[in-house]
Amino acid sequence: VSGQSTIRNPQSAISITFSLNGSPISVEAQLTDRLLDTLRYRLGLTGTKEGCGEGECGACTVYLDGLPVNSCLVPIYQVRGCRVETVESLDPATLQPLLASGATQCGACTPGVAMTACWIREHRELLTTHSIRELLAGNLCRCTGYDGIVDGIQASLETDA
Amino acid sequence: VDRLEGLAKLTGRERYVDDLPLADFLWGATVRSPAPRGRITDVKLGPAVDWSQFTIVDHRDVPGPNVIALIENDQPVLAAGTVRHVHEPVLLLAHHDREALRRAVASVTVAVAPEPAVLDFRLPPAPEVIQYGSDNVLKHLSISKGDVERALAAAPIVVEGTYETGAQEHVYLEPQGMIAQLEGGVLVLRGSMQCPYYVLKALRVALARDESQLRVVQTPTGGGFGGKEEYPSTIALHAALLSLKSGKTVKMVYDRSEDMAATTKRHPALVRHRTGVATDGRLLAQDIAVIMDGGAYVTLSPVVLSRGIIHAAGPYACDHVRIDGRAMLTNAVPFGAFRGFGAPQTHFANERHMDRIAARLGLDPAELRRRNLLRDGQSTATGQVIRDGTDRVALLDRALSLADYGAKRAAHAIHNAASVTTRRGIGIATFHHGAGFTGSGEVVLASRLHVAGLPDGRVEVRSANIEMGQGTLTVFTALAAARLGLEPSDIVIAEADTWRVPNSGPTVASRTAMIVGRLVELACDALRARVGLDAGATGTAVRAAVRRWHERHPGEELVGEAVYQRPPGISWDETTYRGDAYATFGWGAYVAEVQVDLRTWQTHVTDFVALQEVGHVLNECLARGQIQGGVAQAIGWALLEECRWQDGAMANAQLTNYIIPTSDDLPPIRVAFVENPYPFGADGAKGLGELPMDGPAAAILNAVAAATGADPCVIPLTPERLMGIADWGSRIADSKSEGTAP
Repeated sequence: VSGQSTIRNPQSAISITFSLNGSPISVEAQLTDRLLDTLRYRLGLTGTKEGCGEGECGACTVYLDGLPVNSCLVPIYQVRGCRVETVESLDPATLQPLLASGATQCGACTPGVAMTACWIREHRELLTTHSIRELLAGNLCRCTGYDGIVDGIQASLETDA
Repeated sequence: VDRLEGLAKLTGRERYVDDLPLADFLWGATVRSPAPRGRITDVKLGPAVDWSQFTIVDHRDVPGPNVIALIENDQPVLAAGTVRHVHEPVLLLAHHDREALRRAVASVTVAVAPEPAVLDFRLPPAPEVIQYGSDNVLKHLSISKGDVERALAAAPIVVEGTYETGAQEHVYLEPQGMIAQLEGGVLVLRGSMQCPYYVLKALRVALARDESQLRVVQTPTGGGFGGKEEYPSTIALHAALLSLKSGKTVKMVYDRSEDMAATTKRHPALVRHRTGVATDGRLLAQDIAVIMDGGAYVTLSPVVLSRGIIHAAGPYACDHVRIDGRAMLTNAVPFGAFRGFGAPQTHFANERHMDRIAARLGLDPAELRRRNLLRDGQSTATGQVIRDGTDRVALLDRALSLADYGAKRAAHAIHNAASVTTRRGIGIATFHHGAGFTGSGEVVLASRLHVAGLPDGRVEVRSANIEMGQGTLTVFTALAAARLGLEPSDIVIAEADTWRVPNSGPTVASRTAMIVGRLVELACDALRARVGLDAGATGTAVRAAVRRWHERHPGEELVGEAVYQRPPGISWDETTYRGDAYATFGWGAYVAEVQVDLRTWQTHVTDFVALQEVGHVLNECLARGQIQGGVAQAIGWALLEECRWQDGAMANAQLTNYIIPTSDDLPPIRVAFVENPYPFGADGAKGLGELPMDGPAAAILNAVAAATGADPCVIPLTPERLMGIADWGSRIADSKSEGTAP
């Protein structure tokens, strides 16, 4: 990667290669582009939402090398060679308990919530030291009061326990 | 039945306005006033930008009258010469590159010669700040029942109190957004909104454009809470003007900070109570004065004030009531519709005041309420006789039982005597919320709804009422399916597109399920009648009859129509504010338990019971979700959410420092319903969306009062505020004497 020369000129486009939902992909991007905008406006993956643009609300949650991150705070150059997974990669069947428990209302926070919910499900060892409510605190929801979400995560843990 | 569009939302397939694929479009942006009041002396375009690449719009580009049509046409689409609040729109810009647009907005300087501004609605305005009428009063309303002065003079005990509530930001997770597009000669607006026909009217007036050349389509809406009732008319007009001038498609989507700073918020309010009470706790006279901050233009303040004062005396029987309400002009961003619409402010004051009365009498707050709650046959402040068969005392007692009120109070007394670091308390609120528009509002709206039989035998519901998370699509589908004996999969809900759906009124005021849902049922009946089906026909017979009708009437529309009819026995006098203010009320009894940390003065809600009577519950999961979400929003309003003002602008217009509750800030919210079907609502339903906003703030502050002995009267009750009113002396003395306690 010829990083040095590109970093000197922030306006120049560079080619970024990463893994997106399991497939390799290359995009031409500005160094200052956010991962969020690249996903939404360049790659058409509009499932990831912008709620605040400052890393507070979690609506733009994606997995970066397996860890949930706010994609509004990730400059695109940071994902070179990384694995990025978005809400589009989730198996709808695993989301059924969240649907039944009333975890979604307006839906604007929901893709981020679904990403966190699935991540908790895949890392249930965390529940020995943290509550679902603590692990979910990075995802703001204004509609549900969180009960529908917490209940849905609990139910999904029980269904495949 | 699960939420119909739920899986699309969970998987990210639902497409909101900013998700729609668009080719060859411009981004639009707004240049705003830097000052709260003054004369615009210059709008300077900075030298570093090639302005020939930009579409630029100012007030001279408004083809019709420069007003955003609502109740009073006093708010300009774009400032013309003067500004009345910070962030008032002055100039619009459009460009294909969003980043270039941001830089351009930053390089415009709006110079304002300042004039004296009014920034505190609580103070009588000085002559130099008068900007509306002779006194800045945007609306003055009053309610009078009996003889308050005489009853107060004769009362053995008079209890006074002053209560304040702050502004609240909606924080719908999807910011405001709109796309304007010319399709042939038709200007099409697609966006996030609660009221497509409000937007249509605003466009028709300010663009001086025939309705046949205008079309408004709601896109899936990521939360509203009232914030997308009137505001979308503004952003729609802005996008429309840029589109008309550029001849291109224009998309405007606010970022969070602009959305929080420049759009509406809940009206701040100051409420004074003077209450005459008998020694046994009966209310003898309620004298109530309500002042609300309306902001810089009239917008919806008159009707917010109206709902506020009608609810101000609470769900109690009292023969002598006087309520005086004023909405004041200030040079703040106009305050607007927000879940509860004035009632949360006045209920907060009244329910906090009830506890103050109970404390004065040495009475259990629950017992004081039991003695005063409306019995069937008694009347509200407007003289509306309540006769719905709901036992409001039993409702309270059931809530107390669910919350384990008595045992908790005893346990708290023991804990508080022993603990050095925390105090616990439990508090209650009993309250009501009128469903549907106030007074004659629903008659004036005269909502119209269509149910169409489609050639393939399915049935389409055509309404202007939208889904914003509250469950309209699921509820309308279930109502139509049940009424026609069809499966939910046989029902289609039409997009809320003013070219396709009649005006069934705005999606506000807890009216959608109850009132518009009832129209769905009646329109289904009309459709049945049109195709000659008897009442018992279901399923295949219905679908076959619809298909047969189309075979016999090729190319024609098969529509059943329903128009709102006022339920019998309702009357309202708009001039005297006497009569039936609402066709029906929902009733609530909420109990909050809190723990206050004496080191940080943080209040944590540790348990919450929300019991309500909202008629027949149509969908338990959706109804529970509405209550839990409303309670959570009210907990935020009560404890966390503070708009900090600086020279008329919101200084903390970010989610970093405007704090809404996270999952970890809230307890499980325990919801229960008492069902008493309302005969004129859809399948027995009453409105419920706003009710949960009304009770929590008072219940929580009552619990804090019980826990600490403080007498908090202002929300949000932040740690700083609670520390300011707490009795430090006694706390330190207490902790010294109890130094060995855990």
